Amino acid sequence: MSYYTVTIEDTGESYRASEKQTVLDGMAMLGKKGIPVGCCGGGCGVCKIEILSGSYTKRVMSREHVSVEDEANNRVLACRVWPTSDLRLRVLGKMNKNLCRDNAAVSEGSCL
Amino acid sequence: MAMTGVLRPGHAQMRVLDLEESVKFYSDVVGLVETGRDKQGRVYFKAWDERDHNSLIIRQADKPGLDFFAFKVDSKATLEKLDADLIAFGVKTERIPAGELLETGERVRFPIPTGHVIELYAEKTDVGNGQPYVNPEAWIPAAEHGIAPTRFDHGLLYGPDIDGAREIFEKVLGFYVVERIVLEDGKTDLAIWLSCSIKAHDIAMVRHPEPGKLHHVSFLLESWEKVLRAADLMSINRVKIDIGPTRHGVTRGTTIYAFDPSGNRFETFCGGTSGYPDQQPIKWTMEDVGRGIFYHDRALNDTFLSVVT
Repeated sequence: MSYYTVTIEDTGESYRASEKQTVLDGMAMLGKKGIPVGCCGGGCGVCKIEILSGSYTKRVMSREHVSVEDEANNRVLACRVWPTSDLRLRVLGKMNKNLCRDNAAVSEGSCL
Repeated sequence: MAMTGVLRPGHAQMRVLDLEESVKFYSDVVGLVETGRDKQGRVYFKAWDERDHNSLIIRQADKPGLDFFAFKVDSKATLEKLDADLIAFGVKTERIPAGELLETGERVRFPIPTGHVIELYAEKTDVGNGQPYVNPEAWIPAAEHGIAPTRFDHGLLYGPDIDGAREIFEKVLGFYVVERIVLEDGKTDLAIWLSCSIKAHDIAMVRHPEPGKLHHVSFLLESWEKVLRAADLMSINRVKIDIGPTRHGVTRGTTIYAFDPSGNRFETFCGGTSGYPDQQPIKWTMEDVGRGIFYHDRALNDTFLSVVT
């Protein structure tokens, strides 16, 4: 199995990511409070991120939350992407609000 | 006969992102029975103990969510009457011809002010529950395949004008409010639970800025033990559980919320109180909304009000 380093630009944190693990699960397993783990199926849009550098594989996700333009510009849902190299990313929308606040109430666990 | 007019939730059509993955999920994990596929590529399911041909229809689309939610009515005469009543009430209806959905008669389709599409129909082919109508057994092997709910039970819809929708359900379709959550102002409903039967609810709605959203469709289990078995099967199959197993204060039903592979939430539900139209609705206030929704946690989780498809 291959491992990569995923860096979250918003907070400067990084973690060792498995190619078998979605970016969302990797972020959730950081133990950082407030990561909004939503539907885990590419449907609800709460885990939207922008991948600034690196390569990844992805599965189909809702067009309601990821437009064709978004997808072409690496704005994707973290629950539907897997790293194939080191990644740098920033978080968007609801996730940004949660990740960057100090006293988030609860972690929502992981997708698994 | 005491129960007339609208009988029960009959079918829901949902969008999924990957059809075959979802067919496998609803067949083998949820444990529904696949009953057909049509020329449009839609796949039809029913719960093992249901007798009508289908209760859940899925189709592949580029975003998940709910296409429409339908109720079965007791006769074609009732269907005609309710269509006329809806039009008289100012609701714009349309007719969907018999056969457009497999083994299903003509449907009356109309929008409600939450942004959802509701349908009524009178006829769907009785394919039975795998048992004879004379001297049946208690259950069949399909009752143990996957989670294996006995029936499609209800839905929870999120949208803006739940007051307008409530009026249609109460004044035209004969539903009554069983329970409600009232906002801090003491008068505005955050959520309402409506029944057309003696079930704890047949449909529920939560006030939400985006129209036409699905919170969950719910499937009935026969016991708390089967809810626990469902939770085991969700873990075995790595299904994302939203919350549970736990109990709702509202309806008193036991529950698990979980997500299908496209992020559509579904519920495995058991129990719940019985309602009658002469009983006054139960009111929940915002101070106790956590206990109302999740009776043991006594707090809403972050996803209850924000994660919808």
